[in-house]
Amino acid sequence: MPGPNRGRQFGGQKIEHPFPVLKRVLGYMMRDYAPRFVIVVICILLSAYCSIRGTLFLRTLIDDYITPMTQQANPDFGPLAAAIGKMAGIYAIGIASSYCYNRLMVNISQGTMLRLRKELFNHMETLPIRYFDTHAHGDIMSVYTNDIDTLRQLIGNTIPQLINSSITVVMTFVSMVMLDVPLTIVTCLMIVVMMFAAMKLGGKAGTFFVKQQKDLGAVNGYIEEMMTGQKVVKIFNHEEKAMEQFRELNEQLRDSANQANKFANILMPVNGNLGHISYVLCAVIGGILAITGRLGLTIGTLVSFLTLNKNFTMPVTQISQQFNAIIMAMAGADRVFKIIDEESETDEGYVELVNVKEAEDGTLTETEERTGKWAWRHPHQADGTVTYRKLEGRVTFNDVDFGYTPEKMVLHNISMYAEPGQKIAFVGSTGAGKTTITNLINRFYDIQDGKIRYDEININKIKKADLRRSLGMVLQDTHLFTGTVMDNIRFGRLDATDEECIAAAKLANAHSFIHRLPEGYETMLTGDGANLSQGQRQLIAIARAAVADPPVLILDEATSSIDTRTESMVQKGMDSLMSGRTTFVIAHRLSTVRNSDCIMVLEKGRIIERGTHDQLIAEKGKYYQLYTGNQITA
Amino acid sequence: MLKILIGQIKQYKRDTILTPLFMVGEVLMEVMIPFITARIIDRGITAGSMENIVRYGGLMVVMAFASLFFGVMSGRCAASASTGFACNLRETMYEKIQTFSFSNIDRFSTAGLVTRLTTDVTNLQNAFQMIIRIAVRAPLTLVTSVVMCLIISPRISLIFLVAVVVLAIVIVVIMKTAMSLFRATFDKYDSLNESVQENVTGIRVVKAFVREDYENNRFNTAAENLYKMFVKAESIVVANFPIMMCIVNGCILAISWFGARMITSGTLTTGNLTSLFSYVMSVLMSLMMLSMIFVMITMSTASAERIAEVLTEVPDIQNPENPVMEVKDGEIEFRETCFAYAGVEDTNGNGIGDETLDHISLKIRSGETVGIIGPTGCGKTTLVSLISRLYDVSWGSVLVGGRDVREYDVKVLRDAVSVVLQKNELFSGTILDNLRWGNENATLEECQEVCRLACADEFISEMPDGYETRIEQGGNNVSGGQKQRLCIARALLKKPKILILDDSTSACDTATDAKIREAFATRIPNTTKLIIAQRISSVQNADRIIVMEEGRVVGFDTHENLLKTNEIYSEIYETQTKGGGDFDEPGAN
Repeated sequence: MPGPNRGRQFGGQKIEHPFPVLKRVLGYMMRDYAPRFVIVVICILLSAYCSIRGTLFLRTLIDDYITPMTQQANPDFGPLAAAIGKMAGIYAIGIASSYCYNRLMVNISQGTMLRLRKELFNHMETLPIRYFDTHAHGDIMSVYTNDIDTLRQLIGNTIPQLINSSITVVMTFVSMVMLDVPLTIVTCLMIVVMMFAAMKLGGKAGTFFVKQQKDLGAVNGYIEEMMTGQKVVKIFNHEEKAMEQFRELNEQLRDSANQANKFANILMPVNGNLGHISYVLCAVIGGILAITGRLGLTIGTLVSFLTLNKNFTMPVTQISQQFNAIIMAMAGADRVFKIIDEESETDEGYVELVNVKEAEDGTLTETEERTGKWAWRHPHQADGTVTYRKLEGRVTFNDVDFGYTPEKMVLHNISMYAEPGQKIAFVGSTGAGKTTITNLINRFYDIQDGKIRYDEININKIKKADLRRSLGMVLQDTHLFTGTVMDNIRFGRLDATDEECIAAAKLANAHSFIHRLPEGYETMLTGDGANLSQGQRQLIAIARAAVADPPVLILDEATSSIDTRTESMVQKGMDSLMSGRTTFVIAHRLSTVRNSDCIMVLEKGRIIERGTHDQLIAEKGKYYQLYTGNQITA
Repeated sequence: MLKILIGQIKQYKRDTILTPLFMVGEVLMEVMIPFITARIIDRGITAGSMENIVRYGGLMVVMAFASLFFGVMSGRCAASASTGFACNLRETMYEKIQTFSFSNIDRFSTAGLVTRLTTDVTNLQNAFQMIIRIAVRAPLTLVTSVVMCLIISPRISLIFLVAVVVLAIVIVVIMKTAMSLFRATFDKYDSLNESVQENVTGIRVVKAFVREDYENNRFNTAAENLYKMFVKAESIVVANFPIMMCIVNGCILAISWFGARMITSGTLTTGNLTSLFSYVMSVLMSLMMLSMIFVMITMSTASAERIAEVLTEVPDIQNPENPVMEVKDGEIEFRETCFAYAGVEDTNGNGIGDETLDHISLKIRSGETVGIIGPTGCGKTTLVSLISRLYDVSWGSVLVGGRDVREYDVKVLRDAVSVVLQKNELFSGTILDNLRWGNENATLEECQEVCRLACADEFISEMPDGYETRIEQGGNNVSGGQKQRLCIARALLKKPKILILDDSTSACDTATDAKIREAFATRIPNTTKLIIAQRISSVQNADRIIVMEEGRVVGFDTHENLLKTNEIYSEIYETQTKGGGDFDEPGAN
């Protein structure tokens, strides 16, 4: 069953060890389906046997029944009917077993795909952010679409066909040898010629397919670039120039595609007709042998042999064609396994976040029920005791150094103290390291040197999941997921009721526009919320953080896409969201930054100034310069 | 739709026609070969005539070579025709897209156009090749095989004909059921991949909210559903083969029985019986091929439709018959101008793109500097888009240099009106290449000159290769502010009569912003300048400022007057100066 062609890629790269990869693919298949696979192999054997019996039937029919009967004056059709009946039985077994293995293969191949898909996705979710930074998203996606698809082809079609072809080849070969040795030799000689042709042509086609893929990539890249910039093309009347370049690339693609397809197309007729020549050769040689009566070749045997000859050349051609598919699928499997083998985000934390009850004297006792009060459960390895510390949201940085690679540090000696409920703002140019600092708090990245503490606990000791649960984030790029608006808000806290979600939306000032959507909170969002404006998406992201109700908030340019007038409205919501929480704010707008408890001015990975707005203005440093820059022309 | 697509064959018509013709030759040879085999067996082997064996054997070799020749030729032609067809499709579509107006592009969306030019064309190429090769081959094999059977033995062929009809019906029914299942399955498959995509791009959100398990569950459920659907669809297809085999084997057995009877009564030869069996096999093969074509065509119909959509789209901005070839000066006038984005609201009435313009009338003098300010979505961008006729007005008119923009040659108009878009793009190539979009023949000195004007000269000369520095796709290796300045320089190189900056300095720091504006004022005083901005400081020095709200102009005056008379303007001014303002990238290097 051919699926729609999903632009499979070969990228021209070769994998070094195809066999371990193949073994691993088979391993996946065998893990759940070993018994079924055994049945499949048995069924294939049976069906191949039956199909050979079917071809040999012709000889029996002619030699044992028809020829004798032509000599009889009053032929008895009884034995013939019995033979045909027997044959019908064999056919039935053949068909049944072929249906059986094909049907089983559906489950095996799809089941293996399911396993691989799940494992791939579930593993991907555990990968560190760093992985996503260093791998193009398009490449990761192509593993899910193209590579898994080639694997489906491999397991679903190629493997059973290969088994079938091989079994047919072996059985046919044996039958041929049993029928007549000299003719078998002739056939085998022709097979060698065919294999040679297949390899030559296949190799040529392969080279051009790789080139075609490269040219296709070039054309796709060009189209993608030009289509995104199409409006610019129009503004600059650049249409003709763009056309010219396109024609050139397009012609190159046409040429390599033509060559690739040409050789691939030629392969079939060449092999098919070599098969015919092989057939003729056998007919002539067999004919001579039969007429001269040498080597005991009967007409019936010759007829059967000729059928076998055809049956022999077909699977050989098939195998040579499948070879390409295997190489391609292995390259795909290799990329799938590369992701699965990628190291997961490690979590050596052991401090957990638990619900507690607070007694009047301030002692904390752990409880299962939801109390709305949280504490860090801190088991001490030294003496085996467990202490509880109330979740407050105090974050401190102690001489933190960080670099995405060890060679290039992007943050130097960062120290800061955020008391519960304080608002800390980061200011500075792009690349100064503002976002990076916030990514360290939730341990998207681990620091090289220094210490970050959350409620006085080194964040390395805290379980990542619990640490992140205690932090609310609104990121620079808003990402929404397919689902209703309500689902997207509830993403912040899965057990939030509809009322709580709506309350959060109201807090973020998102309620009024959500209300105006065609289906309100039940409106489906697709394609990362493509049907909403950037500002509306940000409001939903703010609501999502609000419903999570965390003690610490990180707002990374959360209001950058909201115009100043709307922002002043959102600001109220933001203020109420921020009240009572430790908040880290990255912002362009002075209005967001101004009333912070402390403003950090970053430059090239260092905090160069810190203090309240008034202090910094009085200092007349960088902040002053940034702030008064607005007034240059005033 | 079919007509349009067939029209794209163009210079490959010869190959397209030759492919099936060669194919006919190949098929004829292939069909004849078993016939000759029968002769070899009957007149040669059975008759004991060596002469006949050699004669027919020789004939068969000749036919095999002929068949090889036909096969290779049709393969070559098919490759050339199908890839040429795809090439033409891409080119015609691309050419067509070049004539599209902004609203045409909006209608398809950039991503939509990219898929049409790539995946859809590849699908059609494959289908096209399949059709010219097999759509002729399969029915031809079917018909000739049946004919040959009729020649050999009309009586036995009857069994055969009945079987073929039954088989054909069964295949069509199975495929039809399977196809609809598959289509549903592939839709599910696409949405599964979409959710992967969301997780890849939104991984930070997933991790920040510790939603890995939640997402895993969602994915696993979706994947399991997909599994069930796939199994269901494929199970039906799997039934196809055994049913086919049942009928074919039934035929073989029936032929054996009746054949045997006929041979004993002398109305059929042994050789003929063997040939009959070969023809049964070719009929089976051609039926399988037909069912494959059936699948292929259904699968590619969607692609064909999407491509035809592009090819039949009528560009809604076209040149007038006797276009005006010169723009007199930079005077702009809006007369009762109304505008609505067609079709945007009704597709998903979510209130995006509600940017309509409502009876706007104003006049801007040539050489004047005008600021435009207002909240997002109030129609600022739309307003300026009408000047260079990126969109056509719905009602009323827009005049440039005293004439309706619709009277000008579009090229002339757009050369005179330079727009720096909000979402601007740089292209892969050197900085110089990018600048020369504005004027292909500009010298290095001219380029440097405009870069100085746009405050871009400084950072360019600091780059390792200066003006020869390569820009990556999408301009990802320059900062936002640098990109904006390059885009301004590019627009200046056109030496336009009207220059429109749509929020084009938002990523530059205030000092640079001011410097650029000052350069504009002193160096290109005769150019009409329209500046859209969020920051009031960017527009307050303009000669006049347009204040917009909800598609209407609510104020058009100098900064001082607006502060006194216009409530909205003074409100914006208040918020921005008292606790407002921006921290922007200083120097942005």
